[in-house]
Amino acid sequence: MSSNTLTAAEASGPQKPAAGFEGDRQDNTLGGAVRGYLDKLRGGDLGALPAVLGIITLGILFTVLRPGTFLTPLNLANLAVQATPIIVLAMGLVFVLLLGEIDLSAGVVSGVCSAVLAQVLVQSGFGWPVAVLAAIVTGAVIGMFTGSLVGMVGIPSFVVTLALFLGWQGVTLRLIGQGGTVPVREPVIRALANENLPLAVGWALAVLVAVGYAAIELWRWRAKRARDLAHQPLVLVVLRVVLMAVVVLGVTAILSEDRALSAAVDLAGIPYAIPLVILLLLVVTFVLSRTSFGRHMYAVGGNAEAARRAGINVTRIRVMAFVISSSLAAISGILATSRLSSVTPDAGAGNTLLYAVGAAVIGGTSLFGGRGRARDALLGGLVIAIIANGLGLLGVAAYLNFVITGGVLLLAASVDALARRRAATAR
Amino acid sequence: MSAPERDHGTTAVGRPTLELRGVDKSFGAVQVLHDVHLTVYPGKVTALVGDNGAGKSTLIKGIAGIHPFDSGEVEFEGERVTLHSPRDAAKLGIEVVYQDLALADNLDVVQNMFLGRERKRGVLLDEQSMEVAARETLAKLSVRTLKSVRQLVSSLSGGQRQTVAIAKAVLWESKLVILDEPTAALGVAQTRQVLDLVRRLADAGHAVVFITHNMVDVFEVADRVAALYLGRVAADVPIDQVDRTQVIELITSGRSGDLGLSAEDLED
Repeated sequence: MSSNTLTAAEASGPQKPAAGFEGDRQDNTLGGAVRGYLDKLRGGDLGALPAVLGIITLGILFTVLRPGTFLTPLNLANLAVQATPIIVLAMGLVFVLLLGEIDLSAGVVSGVCSAVLAQVLVQSGFGWPVAVLAAIVTGAVIGMFTGSLVGMVGIPSFVVTLALFLGWQGVTLRLIGQGGTVPVREPVIRALANENLPLAVGWALAVLVAVGYAAIELWRWRAKRARDLAHQPLVLVVLRVVLMAVVVLGVTAILSEDRALSAAVDLAGIPYAIPLVILLLLVVTFVLSRTSFGRHMYAVGGNAEAARRAGINVTRIRVMAFVISSSLAAISGILATSRLSSVTPDAGAGNTLLYAVGAAVIGGTSLFGGRGRARDALLGGLVIAIIANGLGLLGVAAYLNFVITGGVLLLAASVDALARRRAATAR
Repeated sequence: MSAPERDHGTTAVGRPTLELRGVDKSFGAVQVLHDVHLTVYPGKVTALVGDNGAGKSTLIKGIAGIHPFDSGEVEFEGERVTLHSPRDAAKLGIEVVYQDLALADNLDVVQNMFLGRERKRGVLLDEQSMEVAARETLAKLSVRTLKSVRQLVSSLSGGQRQTVAIAKAVLWESKLVILDEPTAALGVAQTRQVLDLVRRLADAGHAVVFITHNMVDVFEVADRVAALYLGRVAADVPIDQVDRTQVIELITSGRSGDLGLSAEDLED
């Protein structure tokens, strides 16, 4: 019997690499790709679908409810600027959530960092580069502290960050002073959320992004096909490239319209905060998907024991997730400070964290770890910002605003949990 | 049961890949391994059998460097070596495929096979070369059941996951591959696939240690069988010198006819 096995193995001989793996070559039509996508949805991996549907439905809903105000360049620009601190905070949280951990203190860390920024600018009189650096370093150090407690001491992140959620609020209060508000009038910081790129620069950047994306996607597709590797059908790549170009150029066109309320002033262009967010999006996407550090983040989130056995330093990955999360929280705090042109003692408290977690989860990041991308923060952050903005336009009572936003987060978390259950039973 | 015309390691097959001599291991007051002797040859499948608690896991964890042995000699390809950490074992070319597989569900086949040892070009991951290498390794093992090497591991069947885990071990030019109950959770057809794969591993020149409880599997693929009984090696013999009943006796009582532990060993 075993000799049969042997001869069978010998007879089949070494296979050409081209044999087998027919899936890597077939299914290479648009139909095959669509089937593959539907299979993925059925398997519980919803990807960006809920967020995209959310943006569209909510957009239509608020346009119908507030026809003259919601879909105007002025409001859309406001909405985008409103979304930036949420998106950046959520981007940081993606790292922590990827490991299946949580950072409840991310919001108030952004508050502490804004307070540091304000104090360095106002009290010490340094310029904005020093203040920004101080804020980001503060964030990194805080993240190192949180990460060490979670990764090295081994306290559950939920407890560590719940404790720090209270603790850092105290620090912000001490830095800003009871009842006080520190105004930030530094022109560069203020410009982030309140000034716009010159129109020509905005268009140039938009074209650069659209063309760059197309070039990278098509080049990668060609390289993969040339080496006979798994690749998507060309139609799909082209569709994605076109969609990206339409969105980028469309947004630029809307923001390039004069949105000033009075004819006397000129208010047009892309707010500086938006290219900053896009830059962070590119960097985070690059780190997560193209470097071994990013690969190890996913591995630790998917199966920490497997990662450990593969020689990955799991503790280091845990600590780094919190360092990155808190550093991005600092940048989020800077954006929030710019928008308000001041820092209050309750900066980053209240619903800040809820919004950011909601954004990441709505975007498709799993609370159970192992699944998440930078773009989740962007798409989910837009959904959250649309809800906040739309409810504001409707003049909904504050209590209802809280209830609705909380409900949306619960809904997103339920979708995540159900999708996960589905994926587990599909096997 | 087994085919007698095959060379089952009865004849000299040259230098053993791994040789353990007089290895002991205790956890606190409990001595788990007593004076273990084991020889593993290249191109041969050695079935490591024994009841629960006989010390199989401790033995492979010692070889893998996870729980280093307390005393005794270890020779790898004729050289005295020390196995104090998983890194030592990996450097020698010892790869262990654990029962719980150690694959990350959320990564695809290629990503799992290269986990922790990714190929890079500067800071960038070299995805293309990794995909090519993974596919070549799988093809060399005649694995034809995978639809795509870019499939997520979560979408694979038990047998396919086992296949990926084994292929991962082979990718690293390993000389000794240790498989911890690779067929334990598999159905008939999938067991068949994995056993074929184990055979091909040995035919490709790897030394293979195969832990199992299943006698059918033992006689199906093994060239040699090593039976552990209460932390001692009751027998380490070519498969054609024993039959199924004898192996079972060795597992359950440590003795079978002339084979097995001496009476005083058993009295301890």
